[in-house]
Amino acid sequence: MAGIAQLNLPSGEDATRARIIARNQLARRATSDPLWMKATVLILSLGFLFVFFVLPLALVFQEAFRKGWEAYLKVFEDRATTHSIWLTLKVALIAVPLNTVFGLAAAWCVAHFRFRGKQLLSVLIELPLWVSPVVAGLIYVLLFGRQGLLGPWLFEKDIKIIFALPGIVLSTVFVTFPFVARVVTPQLQALGRAEEEAALTLGANGWSTFWRVTVPKIKWSLIYGIILCNARAMGEFGAVSVVSGHIRNQTNTMPLHIEVLYNEYQFVPAFAVASLLALLALLTLVIKSATTWFADRALRNAAL
Amino acid sequence: MARTRHVLPGFRLSLGYTITYLSIIVLAPFAALAWKSSRGGVEIFTSTLTDKRVLASLELSFTTSFYAALVCGFFGVLTAWALERYSFPGRRILDAMVDLPFALPTAVAGIALCTLYAPNGWLGKILSPGGLKNLYVSWVETPNQWVVNLLEPIGFKAAYSSTGITIALIFIGFPFVVRTVQPIIQGLSLEVEEAAACLGANRWQTFWRVIFPTILPGTLAGMTLAFGRAVGEYGSVVFISGNMPFKTEIAPLLIVSRLEQYNYNGAAALGFILLVISFLILLFSNLLQSWNNKRTAR
Repeated sequence: MAGIAQLNLPSGEDATRARIIARNQLARRATSDPLWMKATVLILSLGFLFVFFVLPLALVFQEAFRKGWEAYLKVFEDRATTHSIWLTLKVALIAVPLNTVFGLAAAWCVAHFRFRGKQLLSVLIELPLWVSPVVAGLIYVLLFGRQGLLGPWLFEKDIKIIFALPGIVLSTVFVTFPFVARVVTPQLQALGRAEEEAALTLGANGWSTFWRVTVPKIKWSLIYGIILCNARAMGEFGAVSVVSGHIRNQTNTMPLHIEVLYNEYQFVPAFAVASLLALLALLTLVIKSATTWFADRALRNAAL
Repeated sequence: MARTRHVLPGFRLSLGYTITYLSIIVLAPFAALAWKSSRGGVEIFTSTLTDKRVLASLELSFTTSFYAALVCGFFGVLTAWALERYSFPGRRILDAMVDLPFALPTAVAGIALCTLYAPNGWLGKILSPGGLKNLYVSWVETPNQWVVNLLEPIGFKAAYSSTGITIALIFIGFPFVVRTVQPIIQGLSLEVEEAAACLGANRWQTFWRVIFPTILPGTLAGMTLAFGRAVGEYGSVVFISGNMPFKTEIAPLLIVSRLEQYNYNGAAALGFILLVISFLILLFSNLLQSWNNKRTAR
């Protein structure tokens, strides 16, 4: 009823809105693409995404289930496979918390303070994204390996880093440390520091301000950063492959185990292990979409 | 002096922690790399840079990365445009899909692409020589001999060739272009396009004269990032490339094989060269991006 009444007797505000809508429609016609162009762009880009993204993903699951559910489940009874899964979980469990603390500290100082060398620090934080994973593994071999800088000393003390768990963790930490910082810093910058300053004025100390104001404020991007960091930590291949030495049942993580199985022509087991990592990747993308939506909403609410 | 400016606490703690962490994780190992590659002296660098196998691998890495960046640039701009300007069912899902190469482990991508493009794979079957002809013969009840003769020679070797390497690198580099171009398209003001339309430009002219120059620096920056990432890529390439020395052996793989032969100085020298290259690429991309910022700020 109310709607009809409003239509019959447009108030000044409604008339303005109608004019804006009409104007926008005209503008849209001038700035929208002709149908043939829309169709070409959509066919080309959708076709590209289908061939390069959808087909490989579909293939992973198709190959994993090629011989049915039972063969798929049987893969995970193999001792080398379960060991690789446990090792991967262990590595992620150490590397991800370390990088989360680092990411928060780096985001805090880069987003909130101005200091000399900040640009350089930002470049250093992004560095692992541009260094070849092989080089990332190589630098640890050159530092801790038998021929490396600290090698003789470590050998004397009987400490194993390369071809052992510490080396795998270190190279994983190197490859994945930018992710939390990269996701959290822009969000922290965009949200500003007024709320923290208000909390401090009201007498809260630094830590409780951080835990009660900052962390709830950035929680969605923090969750996404941690999830992305975790996906990369569990999936790292190049760097880990250089430092691990590929010892079955000892230093083979899931991606390395996939390589071994694939090269032994054991395709069902290789793709079955790969399907777990592919599921993790899909889950990461879903969480990314959800958390960016929540983070954008938080940003809009903050702007109001 | 610096302390009085900051109202918020924790500057020294967070900066100190960040720098300590970076020193342990990044700076110490890089010092080891510099030390090891200097141990071999200048000779190790000259011998690395004149080694035919090294030069072949570097050339292969550069050319495949270059072609991959070109393809990523073309399809990346199209996809970013479609995602920002058109509304169609499944747009949000596609937007999320673009990040797949960030989240999918490179080894998984590697074996999937290799199986897909292998001569008996879903796509390899069609792409290999005579593949189209077989498809035509199996689909049509009475094949036309003329068409069969026409289709017979079409096809190429996808997996285990430099084409295969390029395919893997396109997969890896694609999100870099989309994610760099997307915010720029989002930030284009419709008023400028409206003005162009008012002044009598058709849509094509508006695109080439108004939109394209605006998104060009960002596109180039994204392509440079894709290129830089591609030069160092390892996991997704080793499966599909076939790893033949002089033919399909990329530079990162050569580092691995030098390490496996306990040639630590040689591996360090090549690693150092790759590191310098990626640093230069990153610098170039930053220059492009500041050029872009300057243009959009005006």
